[in-house]
This record gives sequence, structure tokens and C-alpha cells, in this order.
Amino acid sequence: MTRDERRIEDLLRATAPRVLGALVRRHGQFDLCEEAVQEALLAAATRWRQDGLPDDPRAWLTTVADRRVVDAIRSDRARRDREAAVAAEREREEAAGGAVPEHDGAAAEDDALKLLLLCCHPSLTSASQVALTLRAVGGLTTAEIARAFLVPEATMGQRISRAKRRIADAGARFELPTEWELPARIEAVRQTLYLIFNEGYTASSGPDLVRRELTGEAIRLTRELLELLPGDGETTGLLALMLLTDSHRDARTGPDGALVPLDQQDRARWDREQIDEGVALITGALSRAPVGPYQMQAAIAAVHAEAPTAHATDWRQIAALYRLLERLAPGPVVALNHAAAVAMAEGPEAGLARLAALEGDERLAGSHRLAAVRAHVLERLGDREAAARDYLAAARGTTSLPEQRYLQAQAARLAGR
Amino acid sequence: MKYMLLIYNRPGFVTELSERERTGLFGEVDELMRELTESGELIGGQALVDPSQARTVRGGDGGGAVATDGPFMESKEQFGGYVAIDCESEERALEVARRWPDVRYGGAIEVRAIMGDGAAET
Repeated sequence: MTRDERRIEDLLRATAPRVLGALVRRHGQFDLCEEAVQEALLAAATRWRQDGLPDDPRAWLTTVADRRVVDAIRSDRARRDREAAVAAEREREEAAGGAVPEHDGAAAEDDALKLLLLCCHPSLTSASQVALTLRAVGGLTTAEIARAFLVPEATMGQRISRAKRRIADAGARFELPTEWELPARIEAVRQTLYLIFNEGYTASSGPDLVRRELTGEAIRLTRELLELLPGDGETTGLLALMLLTDSHRDARTGPDGALVPLDQQDRARWDREQIDEGVALITGALSRAPVGPYQMQAAIAAVHAEAPTAHATDWRQIAALYRLLERLAPGPVVALNHAAAVAMAEGPEAGLARLAALEGDERLAGSHRLAAVRAHVLERLGDREAAARDYLAAARGTTSLPEQRYLQAQAARLAGR
Repeated sequence: MKYMLLIYNRPGFVTELSERERTGLFGEVDELMRELTESGELIGGQALVDPSQARTVRGGDGGGAVATDGPFMESKEQFGGYVAIDCESEERALEVARRWPDVRYGGAIEVRAIMGDGAAET
């Protein structure tokens, strides 16, 4: 992709949700408007590459997409009741002043937020929320989303159109929910963005660029969300967490694509600029906003980021932060990470005691993560045989190929192979 | 999560069914496939020819690989085909497997997660 093409694509993606917001506000019918915006984006990508950027790209896209919506409404109605429908639409058009009203910044921002909330509507499965957000807000094509999630395009197309039908069936409105509902709905948006991020970040083994671009897309959309909710603590925390996690991307795989664990990564290859931004964001949020789980996770990532070497990591602080996180968002994975941190801060025996307490937890029964953490602690304790056994058990339990390769290598190393 | 539903059944069991049973069985499979397609869960699926048509390759005594007629396993149930789905939970994958009609006719469905390339930081 040339630089100009890149610029056009960035512009299109950034403009898409605002155009869609304006159309849905005018016509209702999210499904129809969403199709029209996708078509307008495709038309723009071709036209702008040939003729250069129009003076007002957003107005260009809005006009083209709006015309398609009006045409679709007209031909749809024509089939049923030509005369009455056209008259009604003409009336609506006249009432609306003929063109899509240019609205001020605040209204456009409201629209962008409403759009995100609609795409993450509670009637949808998380996989559908992810797909719809990437298409309607992120401006990605169905083919791109399908490639990123390693499913056939037809499967992704079905998922998206079913999601749109579901939203319509659920009677979801293009409006802000009540103040009482809003926090939970925004939390659903954050969860979706974090899912998108993780899908991209965990895929950074292998040469798959499309999948890795998901991290950039998630960071961009989270920045947008933060712009819509200035100063929001948990959204700031999520953005910081993404930036700090993603700062390791060049160091977390070796030249052969194998995973490099955090304590063995070359810290000179961490992205300093991203770390500085993430640390500044989380420091600011913790000093003024009510604390939440994303902020805690970002704070933990910041402690890792600020350690000049793995050896110099402040594990006591990390263990204390996990204790807080466990109180805010109790769950087996957090408890497991807490145990791992305690093993580093207070010694392997203390870690093992915590792990033993978790073995009875049904939600962790047969979890490869528990075995992997225990293997690491047992090895530090000098019990190579038991550690090797747990590494192998973890390798059998994982569904991740790179992780399996890593765990098998650990087991083989301890067995002296 | 992506799952493979591996369908094992007794080769030829369909030919022993009455026409009504046969039509019912195919109808159920069609219905399941339609549901999985419409929900955006279906990744793909294929049925295999009768195991009597299989050729099996294995290492020979002289070190070279040798192909022989027939399937790998000598057992009553044989691998007959698969369906791959991408769904929310293992429970959902098991639910689809439970509804697969072959299970009622003495077959079995093995449900296994598909390995991915994603890995969290360790």
C-alpha cells in the first residue's frame, strides 16, 4: 500500500462511524444505512485514489451513502406501494431540508457513541459484537474481518447480518440508554474492544498481518471512546493497558516465531514511546478516577514496564495490585496470576500454598494455566521432575500451538533433552 | 472457540433404515446445517466415502511408506465425516453433537477444540 492509499484508508475508517451515525439518525434502519456506508466506502476508495481527496471527505461520503439509502427505501417501497411511499419520503425529505443536516461536533460525538453502544447491544453474542463493531465502527470489510478471525467470508457475513437482524428484533433504538443503564452498556463496549485487541495481540506469532492489525484497530477505537468519554477512568485504564501490553510486541517472539516469556524479553526492544504514553495515562487516571479492574491491570503492566531488568521487577507491588484486583474483579484467572506474583514476591513455597488452595476451584479444574504456573514455581523450588510433569500436563491442555511448543520445550529442557 | 465434530458411525447403517427413517435423518442433518449456517457458526464440513474405498499409508519394514487397502482401524465404527464450527462455548458444541442423528443410531461424535496460533504472554 502506498502512503497515499494508507492515508485514504485511515481517513475512511475514521470517518465511517460519523457518517453512519448521521444516516441512522435521519432514517432509522441501521441495517440499510450500514450497507449503504459500506458501499460508499468502497466507492470512495476507488474514486479518491484516482481523483484525489474531495474538499470535504465526510460530506462526500454522507451524500453518496445517503443517496443509496434513499434509493433503497424508494425501490423497496415502490414494490409495495409506490405512490404513497414516494410522497411520504418526499415529505420527510422536505421536512429534513433536503440534505443530511450538518451537525455540530457534540451531536456527531453523541452519534458515534450511540453507534458503539448499538454494535455492543446485550442481545448479541460477544463474537457478533466484535464483528459488527469492526464493520460498522471500524469500517473494515467483511472479508477483512473473516481473514482476521480465520473463518470463511460467508460465515462472517452471516454473523454480521444476523447481528443486525437481532438488533432490529430486540427493538434497539439509536439513542443513549438511561443514565442508570449507561455504565453497564459502556462496559460492554470496553469488553468488545479488549476482545478485539487480544485477538490481534495473541496472534503476533507468525506472519499474519491482518490479525495483528486488530491491535492497532482496537487501540484506535479505544482512543475514540475516550474522546467521547473524556476523563473516564476505566476507559483510560483500558487504553493504557493496551498500549503497555502492545509495547512488547517486537520482543515477545524470537526470530523463529517461538514465544519469549516476559522475564527473558530484550527490554531494549520494547516500544518506549508507547510505554511513556501508557504510564502517563494510568498515573493520571489513578490519581483522579474511581479505581477499576482495567486500571489495576494497567498499573500492573506499568510496574513491569518500569523495571529496567526482569530481576529488578517490583514483585511486592505487583502482588499487592493483584490483591486489589482480586477484590475488584474476583475470578480464577486473577487468583492464579496473584499466586504467581506471590511466588515471586515471597518465595516459591508461599506461591505453592496459594496454588494448592486453587486446585479445588472447579473453574480451574483441568486448566492448563494452573499446571503451567505450578510448573514454573516447582522449577524455582528445584523439583525438576514434578515441574517437567506439570509442563507436559499444561502442554496437553492448551489450545494454542505456540504455547504448546513453548511448554513442550520447557519439559524437554528439564528432562535434559 | 473453534471445534471439530468428528462423526463416527457404522458404515452402511443408513441403508438398513426404512425410507421414513432415512428421510428423517437427512432432514435433521439439513436442519442442523441450516441452523449453523444462519447463526454464522459453521466453518465447514465434509462427508467421506465408504471406508472400503480408503487407502492407508504407514511405514513399511524396509523404511519406506507403504499404502494398503482399507481404513486404519479395524472397528465397527469408522470416521465418516466432520463438521467444524466456531461457537461461544464447549457446551454449545456438545449440544450440536448431541443433536446429530447418527448418535441415535449407534454412532458417536468426538468433539475436540481446534488449536489456534494465539498465545497470551507468559
